[in-house]
Amino acid sequence: MAEFQSYTMNFGPQHPAAHGVLRLILEMDGEVVVRADPHVGLLHRATEKLAESKPYNQSIGYMDRLDYVSMMANEHGYVAAIEKLLGIQPPVRARYIRVMFDEITRILNHLLWLGCHGLDVGAMTIFLYCFRERENLMDCYEAVSGTRMHATYYRPGGVYRDLPEVMPKHLAESSRKGDRDAALDEGRDGSLLDFIEHFTQRFPARVDEYETLLTDNRIWKQRTVGIAVVPPERAINLGFTGPMLRGSGVEWDLRKKQPYAAYADMDFDIPVGTNGDCYDRYLVRMEELRQSNRMISQCVDWLRANPGPVMLDDYKLAPPKRTEMKEKMESLIHHFKLFTEGYCVPEGEAYAAVEHPKGEFGVYLVSDGANKPFRVKIRAPGFPHLAAMDEMVRGHMLADVVATIGTMDIVFGEIDR
Amino acid sequence: MSVAKLDSMAHALGERFGGVLRRRESSCGELSFDLDAPDLVNTAALLRGEEEFSFESLIDVCGVDYLGYGQVQWRTEQATGTGFSRAVQPGDAGSGPSAAEGEAPARPRFAAIYHLLSLRHNLRIRLRVFAQGENPPLLPSVTGIWQAADWFEREAFDLFGLVFEDHGDLRRILTDYGFIGHPFRKDFPLSGKVEVRYDESKRRVVYEPVSIEPRTLVPRVIRDDHRYRPELRAEPSVAEEGGEASADG
Repeated sequence: MAEFQSYTMNFGPQHPAAHGVLRLILEMDGEVVVRADPHVGLLHRATEKLAESKPYNQSIGYMDRLDYVSMMANEHGYVAAIEKLLGIQPPVRARYIRVMFDEITRILNHLLWLGCHGLDVGAMTIFLYCFRERENLMDCYEAVSGTRMHATYYRPGGVYRDLPEVMPKHLAESSRKGDRDAALDEGRDGSLLDFIEHFTQRFPARVDEYETLLTDNRIWKQRTVGIAVVPPERAINLGFTGPMLRGSGVEWDLRKKQPYAAYADMDFDIPVGTNGDCYDRYLVRMEELRQSNRMISQCVDWLRANPGPVMLDDYKLAPPKRTEMKEKMESLIHHFKLFTEGYCVPEGEAYAAVEHPKGEFGVYLVSDGANKPFRVKIRAPGFPHLAAMDEMVRGHMLADVVATIGTMDIVFGEIDR
Repeated sequence: MSVAKLDSMAHALGERFGGVLRRRESSCGELSFDLDAPDLVNTAALLRGEEEFSFESLIDVCGVDYLGYGQVQWRTEQATGTGFSRAVQPGDAGSGPSAAEGEAPARPRFAAIYHLLSLRHNLRIRLRVFAQGENPPLLPSVTGIWQAADWFEREAFDLFGLVFEDHGDLRRILTDYGFIGHPFRKDFPLSGKVEVRYDESKRRVVYEPVSIEPRTLVPRVIRDDHRYRPELRAEPSVAEEGGEASADG
């Protein structure tokens, strides 16, 4: 029989398992991967350079478009860096709102990850289940900011506005049957907080449901147990953060270790894995879903009991109220200056990091004292994860490459920036 | 991160790397140090290896181009005598930094900034290393110490043209295949240099010089009033309150 030499295979960028625009050059020996060379940058939009050409506040919207499945978590990192440079602290209610929406974002992100990872590996149902709950959380985004995804809700000094008193309902549609409308509007009779509370009450049962589909599923385990094992020392050396690091058994979570916003007051646990394989990372993320849910319900209780301002009362940073603007010259000037020139940030540099659903999302700002940042560097968690692709898939089969991409929770918006 | 912990780490670093690491003032309570390029690899290895420091994780490597640092497009002081200009014209002095300006810069143009994290001590530090030379700016690679540096250094090479010696695989990473130039340098236009379109007659995608004119929507200004100068902030701002009262009336 003829000897096969190793050959090169192109994977993506138009491959459904490539999670967007990953191009992989795989050197194969039969069906075994000898070397993987990821080509990234197909979604590079120079976000950092664009941010350098605009006043600080105008770039918040770009942050949503980085990791476009965990929008508010990105905003949080950017806004926190500006706040650090300005030396300001948002009001405590804004901090709780941020924690609540960070955790809602984490659930949004993990649900998308779970659905897509399952789909990549061959589990179809889970994808549909996950999108059902995602839809509810997207509605929370919409209720609070007006858009389902790119919220631009966090601002330096707080959040743009307080939580709405009324949760919007679906418009009646002739194509929908009558009882279907009622089912869609379940839990929407009260305020946004009521709706979120309703969600937190039913969500744990939904997570159980997902777990019945996968956790003990023989095929799921065959595809994930022992795949892409990363020992803890390697995970640290490779720059892993978030669930990728915790899956390898390193107990490291910025929410606990370097608490920001209101995380110091939250009661939650950090799940860690033991083997550092795809299955452990799956279990870690599943537990994070439950922990996030716990934190959201704590935030709901606190926010109910503690009304207050959600934005700093400083017109140099936050716009005055619309009604005030119509009557006071001073407010009109403030509004005009803020939305044209923006505000100047004192000279200096700051790095602020948040525990993003994918890992450590950091923003490093250099300011020369101007109204635009001199340099913005976004530390995307997925970037070092994908850099470890070669090490993780070497010696595995081609099909495991797909499982590995899935387990990394890759989103190209943040990797390519 | 408590202040005491930061101080003790700063002290320990000062004792161990006295002449090598130079502390920089940071307004935000972070530990920042300057470092010379030839010392980088040795110091980094010790910072990672020694138990007292154990910065096992390289969080980020970031290139910075200091061209045009502190330059503004509008002068805000002494402007009332002559009035403000209305917009920024392309080619105006200060409309954008250019590499050709005559004055000798106060510092080298390019730097790489390393963010290190110690999981054991729960501490972060930042190292800034200025690149030697400009054509190309040279820096030693730390890939031998932290594997994570691999792609970060490739990115800094791609976007800023920093050349990391002994990197081993210093290819472009984020820009297009066959891209020319280093797009994040301050003298690279925001709108780029080439645009692509599909040419019907040639039946392929063609590259052409950009047709859009770069423009500035919001001029870059540095204000130095009471908001940014604590010594001025101490006194109550009478003028402002007065202004508001008259606006009411």
